[in-house]
Amino acid sequence: MIVADRKPIEEIIGYLKDHKNILVLGCNECVTVCEAGGKKEVGVLASALRMHAKKEGNEVKIDEVTLERQCDREYLDEIRDSIDQYDAVVSLACGVGVQFTAEQYHSTPVYPGVNTCFMGATEKRGLWTERCQGCGQCILATTGSICPVARCAKRLFNGPCGGSTDGKCEINAEVDCAWQLIIDRLEALDRLDEYEKLCPLKDWSTDRAGGPRKVVREDVQQ
Amino acid sequence: MRLQYPPNIRIVRVPCSGKVDLIHILHAFEKGADGVCVLGCLEGDCHFNNGNLMARRRVEQAQEILNSIGIGGERAQMYNLSSSEGPRFAQYVTEFTEKIKDLGPNPVKLAKNKAA
Repeated sequence: MIVADRKPIEEIIGYLKDHKNILVLGCNECVTVCEAGGKKEVGVLASALRMHAKKEGNEVKIDEVTLERQCDREYLDEIRDSIDQYDAVVSLACGVGVQFTAEQYHSTPVYPGVNTCFMGATEKRGLWTERCQGCGQCILATTGSICPVARCAKRLFNGPCGGSTDGKCEINAEVDCAWQLIIDRLEALDRLDEYEKLCPLKDWSTDRAGGPRKVVREDVQQ
Repeated sequence: MRLQYPPNIRIVRVPCSGKVDLIHILHAFEKGADGVCVLGCLEGDCHFNNGNLMARRRVEQAQEILNSIGIGGERAQMYNLSSSEGPRFAQYVTEFTEKIKDLGPNPVKLAKNKAA
């Protein structure tokens, strides 16, 4: 899922300085799982913003809505009838949701309420780590399902570098060497001969490095 | 036991301190409470396993939020005691009321009263 982290309240208060009718818009998917922008966090943020506004003597109305997702038009349409009463929206969805909401409602400023970080998984509650960088050409089949693009600091494709020490990366003692993990896994799967096969040059044009990307499926388009 | 403790405390009974959520604490301050204290079982003795530990974490989250908006995190506190310790309850509650009296009224309540 997309992992995000809450923005400091002071930063959000700064965005909303001149606004009087605010909608705090949450998302029920990834940001709920990483406890940054779901229904609970929307309630907490709205309460904190109300208290701050009251303390400063500002008359502010803050409403709370949590949509199923903010990356699909059908869910964003649910607020079409009520959006005009607000002069600002704080979206607690990932960067995708913030932008898509702004595209659907281009006359209302939409501010981000979380910092979107990476695509990752929940190792345990309160710990989310990166697993995928969306390079567009998945090679997990040849690396025992461990990604060297996301997890190797140098994105090496044919084995560890000289900096790999005791299974840890040279950039940080807490970061696992992705290639150590790959070798261990291939060994456990009894497929170490795949390690010997050289990985060809990667086509990076499908990575973000080649510009903003899109996926087109003519067979499902209406 | 007929122990004396301050009358300006409003007791909300819950089956476990773990039932108290962060938003309940924040809503109390939003509605004008000067202080919120959560009283739970002694650590390790939670009747429902770890509810008091969850409550402590939520109180700490509330303190962080209250600090960041300028209300003051000291207004939210957690105390642990056994349900049989009547005198300790009176002591904690008195101590908390004194602390809140020193901190003064909730700035949100002051602003609301001024506007009204």
